[in-house]
Amino acid sequence: MSEATLECRELSKYFGPNAALHNVNISLPAGKIIGLLGPNGSGKSTLIKLACGLLTPTDGEILVCGFEPGIESKALVSYLPERTYLPDWMTVLDCLKYFQDFYADFDYARAISMLQALSVPANARMKTLSKGTKEKVQLVLVMSRRARLYLLDEPIGGVDPAARDYILGTILRNYCEDSTVLISTHLIADVEKILDEFIFLQSGQIVSYASTDSLRADLGKSIDEYFREVFRC
Amino acid sequence: MAWQFSSDRPIYIQVSDQIVSGILTGTYKMGERLPSVREFAVIAAVNPNTVQRALSELESVGLVETQRNTGKFVTQEGSVIEMARNKRGELLASEFLKSMAALGYSCEQTISLLTEAGRREVLANERSDA
Repeated sequence: MSEATLECRELSKYFGPNAALHNVNISLPAGKIIGLLGPNGSGKSTLIKLACGLLTPTDGEILVCGFEPGIESKALVSYLPERTYLPDWMTVLDCLKYFQDFYADFDYARAISMLQALSVPANARMKTLSKGTKEKVQLVLVMSRRARLYLLDEPIGGVDPAARDYILGTILRNYCEDSTVLISTHLIADVEKILDEFIFLQSGQIVSYASTDSLRADLGKSIDEYFREVFRC
Repeated sequence: MAWQFSSDRPIYIQVSDQIVSGILTGTYKMGERLPSVREFAVIAAVNPNTVQRALSELESVGLVETQRNTGKFVTQEGSVIEMARNKRGELLASEFLKSMAALGYSCEQTISLLTEAGRREVLANERSDA
């Protein structure tokens, strides 16, 4: 498996005259946890949506394990959206069965044990759950797949600091070692310890792609400090 | 509780320092099996590759040994642990001297302060024993 898990070649996405992404070239290896970091509106979610085929590129191409977004790539990608899309009337167990129907790599037993660990009531209907609990359900569904590429769009945005630690722990415990995890967030201080590498996006372009520990070794700075410096308002 | 890290040094070095502390203070005992890479990653809330790198560093100095198929163990060589203890002790001592120098104490003044503090400590212990 020499090919990159996620590869972008001269990738651009325009919304009318506005460039959400402009000429992005990057190749992400397998087996890494990578932070996709940038200020609001820098193109983080656009990049993730292009990778799961929810948007189509204006120019250039994006490949997941060599496949253009489509049936083959979707079987390999596990996507955590910014907002949950699970229907209100479903119970948590319904959602699990729904995922099991859709994805061959879904591990039902693992999902059940994660729900228990996060003390999510399995028989409750989605509409009765709090926002944070809904996000936990969505995370359990996404991390219960044995995917090659996990795309997590703001996985810790809506939950309290204690749940944040738990969610990061859940990601660490459950991702497959030879798969790639791409986490978009602006809560850098909370995630940077678990990142191998980070990408800085600004106005739709990559300004930096480096390893977390090499940044510390070379500049003596955390990603959080470096981010504040690069993106000073 | 996740481990705390300072922002100025690579995380893998700080992880390996904390594992060494664990070995020196007896959290991880001589010859005992260490948590797996994934377990360490969850305990410390860091990336598994970072833990792997930290453990390889400790393996290269002989503090940690890999036994095939069964995981990583703390060394059974007392002398290696003793060496790590001396190294850590020397480091703490020289850092302490530096902080005292920053406050304006000479080396000799610091030593006499330490001697005095040591004497008081002994007295306090004797009193609590009695």
